[in-house]
Amino acid sequence: MSETKQNIAIELVDVERSFGQQKVLNKINLAVREGTTTVIVGPSGQGKSVVLKHMLGLLQPDRGRVLVYGKDLARMRKSELKAVRQDFGVLFQNVALFDSLNIFDNVALPLRERTQAGEDEIRDNVREKLALMDLDGVEEKFPAQLSGGMKKRVGLARALVMKPRIVFFDEPTTGLDVSKSNEIYRLFFKTQARLKYTAVIVSHDVPKIFKLADYVALIHEGQILGNIPPEQFQLSDNPVIRAFVEETMGPIYSSEREERFFYEKV
Amino acid sequence: MLQRLGSEALGYLQRAGRMGCFLFACLVSIVRPPYKFRPIIRQIHFVGSRSMFVILFTGSFTGMVLALQGYYTLRQFGSEGLLGSAVALSLIRELGPVVAALMVVGRAGSAICAEIGIMRNTEQIDALECMAIDPYKYLMAPKFVAGVVAMPLLTAIFDVAGILGGYLVGVSLLGVNAGAYFQQMYSSVVWNDVEMGLVKSLVFGLLIIWICAVKGYYLHLEKSGGFGAEGVSRTTTDAVVLSSVSILVWDYLISAIML
Ligand SMILES: Nc1ncnc2c1ncn2[C@@H]1O[C@H](COP(=O)(O)OP(=O)(O)O)[C@@H](O)[C@H]1O
Ligand SMILES: [Mg+2]
Repeated sequence: MSETKQNIAIELVDVERSFGQQKVLNKINLAVREGTTTVIVGPSGQGKSVVLKHMLGLLQPDRGRVLVYGKDLARMRKSELKAVRQDFGVLFQNVALFDSLNIFDNVALPLRERTQAGEDEIRDNVREKLALMDLDGVEEKFPAQLSGGMKKRVGLARALVMKPRIVFFDEPTTGLDVSKSNEIYRLFFKTQARLKYTAVIVSHDVPKIFKLADYVALIHEGQILGNIPPEQFQLSDNPVIRAFVEETMGPIYSSEREERFFYEKV
Repeated sequence: MLQRLGSEALGYLQRAGRMGCFLFACLVSIVRPPYKFRPIIRQIHFVGSRSMFVILFTGSFTGMVLALQGYYTLRQFGSEGLLGSAVALSLIRELGPVVAALMVVGRAGSAICAEIGIMRNTEQIDALECMAIDPYKYLMAPKFVAGVVAMPLLTAIFDVAGILGGYLVGVSLLGVNAGAYFQQMYSSVVWNDVEMGLVKSLVFGLLIIWICAVKGYYLHLEKSGGFGAEGVSRTTTDAVVLSSVSILVWDYLISAIML
């Protein structure tokens, strides 16, 4: 495949990053193609969230470059960075809801701060997003009064409320029960078909997440392996990828019923 | 040894630079449109109105004790009549701004530091940035405006409460002539004294919000580790101590410059 520069939304070039003595990212190279879903998988503590934070410009690489639409995040002025982030929708691993605002205000905040929309318009938009996430009747509650899975869905509603061009979801379904996470996947499918956003998803939910992925990248000892379509990923003869695939998918894959159930849902 | 000293010094410079940049960014964000008044009103309510009771209370007792002490000192020189001016001048020039500011540090400064520190700790500030919402504009600007508006008003209230408290003790209890109490006050308090009190309270207001907010904002860079609940509590304590000390230092400096 020879992709031209234009349809690469985000590119990490030889990114290195250490925390103290610990080298977390060791020459990461990763290209996220526009309009596709790239899923980053890997065991806990391998630096998936750190990779995401580099893409968001929250962390700066020690060496290497992070390009968003061809522009280096580290060299941007504050206003340029802000302009780039206008197109982002982000779900943090710990969700990071504003804990002194109620659920409605949490989701409404980007609309209030970044658009001229009137209260009526905001209310309709927020209610629609909350309903989409199956969250009716929690508007007045505060984040601390919700369960973990509900918080995740509020976070998703907040991430999607501005119609982003690129979304970053850090473990969107971790901690959700099976039906809720299927629901979320179906939602991704629907919203992406409609909004055509580029998605970067960090997930443990192998193999389900493969149904959603256009590309799968494995992070292993500070390096990215793969970034290939899921079918190729599952059949890869790279020993590390194969070990990962066997370890995570072996037992689950034998259950045919769950597979079919999932197809129907999506 | 020399190396340690060097890196220590560099660390200080770095922190001072960071604080300076923070203040600059906050002040810039205040003057940049759009202007939203509701968050400012809410912060003035938090910093100002909700400090009112404690200010009235401490103000009257400060005035009362000033009158008590002043009376016995002045009586030795036979000039109890000067009590009114002694109480008013001490309050307006020194004690009003300083004690009111210390109260606001304890009530609002600590809360601001903890609030922002927790937001930093739980990635809420990162979330704001990723939503392209400027944390300076959204979080800091209303607090700075509120601090600078509320502090002089609280100080004025403190002064009035103190003067009335002084009246209560001096005139009602100790029998100083009521006319003399106020007459002496009118004739000895001049605009310069009020101006000094005003300048002090403005500077203190800015100083409190600045120190408490910057400590919370850069919680994650604290040398002693800003992690978890303990990190927040330690940083809040630091912020309160540092603001209180700065208030007393600046009190001296402003007095020295303006006298
Ligand atoms: N702010 C930080 N300070 C120090 N170490 C960090 C920080 N963030 C992440 N790390 C380290 O980087 C590694 C990768 O973390 P992370 O990206 O959160 O893992 P995961 O792949 O589970 O998302 C972990 O070993 C973690 O200890
Ligand atoms: Mg993670």
